[in-house]
Amino acid sequence: MISAVYLINLKGEILIYRAYRDDVSRAAADAFRMQVLAAKEFRSPVQVFEKASFFHIRSSNVYLVAATRENVNASMAFQFLFALVEVFKGYFGGAFEEEAVRENFPLVYELLDEVMDFGYPQSCSVDLLKTFIMQEGQQLDPGRALVAASLAPAQVTGAVSWRREGIKYRKNEVFLDVVENVNLLMSSKGTVLKSDVTGEIVMKTYLSGMPECKFGLNDKLMMQGEGKKGGSGSIEMEDVSFHQCVKLGKFDSDKAVTFIPPDGEFVLMKYRVSDNINLPFKVSPIVKELGRTRLEINVKVKAQYSSVTGLNVIVRIPLPPNTAKVTTTAAAGKAKYEPETSELVWRMRKFPGDTEYALSGEVEMSARIEDKKPWSRPPISMEFQVPMLAASGLHVRFLKIYEKSNYNTIKWVRYISKNGQYLNRI
Amino acid sequence: MSNYFKDQGKRGENAELQEELASTDKNKKRDAVKKVIRDMTLGKDVAGLFTAVVNCMMTPNLEVRKLVYLYLINYAKTQPDLAIMAVNGFVKDCGDPNPIIRALAVRTMGCIRVQQISEYLCEPLRRALKDSDPYVRKTAAICVAKLYEISPDLVTDQGFIDTLNDMLGDGNPMVVSNAVAALAEISVRGTPKALVLKNSTVTKLLNVLNECSEWGQVFILDVLSSYTPSDKTEAVNILERVKPRLQHANSAVVLSTTKVIVKLLDIVTDSEVVRTYVKALGPPLVTLMSNEAEIQYVALRNIILICQKRPSVLSNEVKVFFCKYNDPIYVKMEKLDVLVMLANENNIEQVLMEFMEYATEIDCEFVCKAVRCIGRCAIKLQGAAERCVNVLVTLIQTKVNYVVQEAIIVIRDIFRKYPNKYESVIGTLCENLDTLDNSEAKASMVWIIGEYAERIDNAGELLDGFLESFSEETTAVQLQLLTATVKLFLKRPQIAQEMVKRVLALVTHESDNPDVRDRGYMYWRLLSTNPEAAKAIVLADKPTIEDDTNLIEAALLEDLIGNLSNLASVYHKRPTAFIDRKKANDSMDDYEEAEEPDSAQATAKHPQGSREQESAKAPVVDMLMLDDPVAPATQAVRETKLDDLLSLDAPAPTQSARSQGADLLDMLGGPSPAPASSGQLPTLLAADKGNGMEMHGAIKQVNGQLGYELEFKNVSSTVLNGINFQMNKNLVGLALKAPLQTPDVPPGGSHRVTVALASDPSKIEVKPHAGNAGGNVVQLAVKSNLGVFYLTDSIELAAMTTPGFSLAPNVYMSTWQNLPAENQTVKDLSGFPMNNPNAIEQALQVSMGRRGRGRF
Repeated sequence: MISAVYLINLKGEILIYRAYRDDVSRAAADAFRMQVLAAKEFRSPVQVFEKASFFHIRSSNVYLVAATRENVNASMAFQFLFALVEVFKGYFGGAFEEEAVRENFPLVYELLDEVMDFGYPQSCSVDLLKTFIMQEGQQLDPGRALVAASLAPAQVTGAVSWRREGIKYRKNEVFLDVVENVNLLMSSKGTVLKSDVTGEIVMKTYLSGMPECKFGLNDKLMMQGEGKKGGSGSIEMEDVSFHQCVKLGKFDSDKAVTFIPPDGEFVLMKYRVSDNINLPFKVSPIVKELGRTRLEINVKVKAQYSSVTGLNVIVRIPLPPNTAKVTTTAAAGKAKYEPETSELVWRMRKFPGDTEYALSGEVEMSARIEDKKPWSRPPISMEFQVPMLAASGLHVRFLKIYEKSNYNTIKWVRYISKNGQYLNRI
Repeated sequence: MSNYFKDQGKRGENAELQEELASTDKNKKRDAVKKVIRDMTLGKDVAGLFTAVVNCMMTPNLEVRKLVYLYLINYAKTQPDLAIMAVNGFVKDCGDPNPIIRALAVRTMGCIRVQQISEYLCEPLRRALKDSDPYVRKTAAICVAKLYEISPDLVTDQGFIDTLNDMLGDGNPMVVSNAVAALAEISVRGTPKALVLKNSTVTKLLNVLNECSEWGQVFILDVLSSYTPSDKTEAVNILERVKPRLQHANSAVVLSTTKVIVKLLDIVTDSEVVRTYVKALGPPLVTLMSNEAEIQYVALRNIILICQKRPSVLSNEVKVFFCKYNDPIYVKMEKLDVLVMLANENNIEQVLMEFMEYATEIDCEFVCKAVRCIGRCAIKLQGAAERCVNVLVTLIQTKVNYVVQEAIIVIRDIFRKYPNKYESVIGTLCENLDTLDNSEAKASMVWIIGEYAERIDNAGELLDGFLESFSEETTAVQLQLLTATVKLFLKRPQIAQEMVKRVLALVTHESDNPDVRDRGYMYWRLLSTNPEAAKAIVLADKPTIEDDTNLIEAALLEDLIGNLSNLASVYHKRPTAFIDRKKANDSMDDYEEAEEPDSAQATAKHPQGSREQESAKAPVVDMLMLDDPVAPATQAVRETKLDDLLSLDAPAPTQSARSQGADLLDMLGGPSPAPASSGQLPTLLAADKGNGMEMHGAIKQVNGQLGYELEFKNVSSTVLNGINFQMNKNLVGLALKAPLQTPDVPPGGSHRVTVALASDPSKIEVKPHAGNAGGNVVQLAVKSNLGVFYLTDSIELAAMTTPGFSLAPNVYMSTWQNLPAENQTVKDLSGFPMNNPNAIEQALQVSMGRRGRGRF
């Protein structure tokens, strides 16, 4: 199992070292810190140094490292590190940074003590941890803290380990956000090589008591489970995965999504759809190299949705690193060359449905003699948000909430389609 | 709070802290404890504050108490006697009404690895295992595993294993999953009977699975994967129960479920069931590819295994593995392998277009691998070979240096697989001869020229071009040039007669590489005695090759499938190959061969490989360079085989050659006292710490004369000279009789020498050394042009004593009694048969017999 967890900053200094076993010492990480982290030499996220394996991930300016000398479950090690980031974010108000770690090191140690025991991950639910590990500042006087704490353990180990009992809200509300990330890989000839939607249903619950929720989508399988025919309005999900609160057994047998939600925000499910995707934008790029020092660019972007409006649309057109001068004319928005990334960035704050905008430009490059490698022509990427559009065609059919006290719930559903990896090769 | 990190380095800080820790002001005390923990985090030594910190243990503030516990866990080991002070507090806490405090006490006590404390732990632990609160029970379950690590006997004697097994029926899922984890660990660590999976246990675990936390599910699934059901019905039943887990958001749950399913499918025979489950595995694996890059990496390494085991799992999902421009390099590299595995006649067009796209990217290693993958596709899919070759030709025309070279290497393999089919591309290849600088590419090109010498009009000229720089080429290229010239001669004797003579003369007279020289002699003899035989041998048909780049040998694959999601499946190595336990070492050698293909990448980075080759050469030369080598036919046949194993031309240093080298060194070094240990001296200074100087050494007795046997290896690129060696004062007063004299050691060379030692009373010094190091430590200093290094070694009792020496009992008695009283110390030895002189004598003899074990 995991022997130690280190938090290390970008310079390679150890901020926190917590040993769970004594076979990997503080100093054992030295070789790893110097050769991998400080040298930024990431040829693999798991590496062996002096017979110990080191897993590492990075979150803002901190590396989280787990070390072991055994044949541990590698995906568990990574999942644990990611869960750790979530825990810290929950405690530090959303941001997890070196400064926050330095300022709260006693708290960090306390959390590390609770989330893992002898290298075995234990409960990583922020909501529950907060019931008995206080943040500094809001600490109760010692006696009361202990009383509050004594209520916690039953819930930590209970079957509904993600929700504490006795939650009360005056107004019971649920927010459902359907967030779809649209991925596209288009060849330079304009054929779609790969396109899919990876979606998340993010739920924000402010519900009293222990509510049991049931949830329905227009997925073919789910509708068949309810005895309905998946008609023309239905979509086909390739795969779904659920938050740990969802009863998987029940989903497997009758395709019903039932669960007792955690309090606050969480990702209820993730899904993937790759058939019949409505790609929000079509990009038609022409990038011509005129000799060794000039480029001619012509990019057309067409919105393929109607009646809604896209926001913050950005088209990033990579240019050769030796670009010297760029002149552009854009039908809408602004285009600007950003030398740090060697990209021509074309920003449009609004992009109404069924419209097409074009950008044309000329690029002059400085001639470089030593440069023998041809320009690798990286792909054009796009960023966008289109509210009230689900690129996969998914919609939420119902969300039912049952609770003993039978209160009324206000439910909100939003949809948004965003860019995932939206790439057009040129 | 941030100022805790700033005001460091003050004088007498520890003394100040000591005062603050003893303060009655709660806040002051709390801040002081925090400062101590901060210093500990920064790596400062705060062990001296042990007593003061432990005194803060009974504070009512939970936060402070946790920090004190943290301190205890870190330092108890260095101060076991003081740690006992804390025991009372723990025992008291174990009876606290608050379950959090009880659990905290049990958890912390288990982490303090001090034998004395463990004994006190047993009672509270027993109570905690039966605690009414599940939070305490789940903590206690893990604590049993902790105790087992310190003292396995205690756990078995106290019946804790049975208690844990009872806990598998606990009503609380987290208690069950932690008990499973603890039992699994205990059974791996030496009590295999701890966790015996019976039908009924498995049913219990499957029932709990639904309610467990995500981590608990992983513990249980990992244990289930090692269970073999009694019949097919049971297997199908388990399959049904675990399948819903594939929909879990946690990738570890998904992969562990996959492991259980893939293993169970071996037992199920109903092809319909197998098909259903194989189909069900695909989508969840694809979903893993939308996770964070690190998780994708683990998933990809696993997918390579799963696809080899069940090729149909992802057969229609090739697009998922197309590389994104900003994927991290480690994800891209693995995706390439998966793409080749999934390539088939239907999707090859798309896959090839992808590879071509990748070949224009920037990362050189990635580009080369992409090119290589095109070749692998050609070898794998006969129908697509021509398209692959066309793509390669297009890439060669880009003239990007490393793309061209890689393409040439790949085309060589294609020629091997499909002889006489694509020679039309040779013309294109020949246009790029002057850009070649990679030796593998050169060797490949030369091989192609030799192989198709009859169709390349100017083959002679081309080879001639390479021959100009013959002496500067690597061995692989030299061997290929030699063979190619001979081939050319056999095919077109009229144009190559002069050339072959020249080459043979060159290699036999001027080459100092034994492999090249030997091959030269063999060809020479073969050609001069029987040209027809030479033709038959050198131009024989070659065995066909397959794409086995990724094929993992069947037995290893089975083992790795059982380890899906584990590190073993990421490294593609058996756990024994990377886990450093005493037990593991014994079976290491058996596995070495199987690991070779995978470790190739890793070893390539180690300069050590070439060094070993270097040192192994010397004895090989002497053995092979006999004055009158008879050239029997068998030798020649062996030689052609070598020739055929094209890519294996560079001889890997074999195990036997290496050990021969060591033996020869031993013979030069004179008779050694303990032959078993003489080959390898313990390492005193590793090369990476010694700026390229590696040093081994041990104190030994040779012919009754005490000496320090030292070996210096030079791994640096400069000549190692001016070595000077000194010993500090030590317990037995050992010192050098004469200064060390060593010659210069060239790069890659080594020097072994024994310096005589004598005991000098003025050099005796008895001092308690810091930490847990014993008094038998001797400090050493080595100076050379690479720097000054300070090291420590221990003096072995066995090396110091005179063999076969005996003392009359009365003389011994009087000597003993004449010792001054201040030289005596008393220590209680437990577990020793004190009242039985014979047993003591026997024990001493045994420990003396085992050289190197007896230390004082």
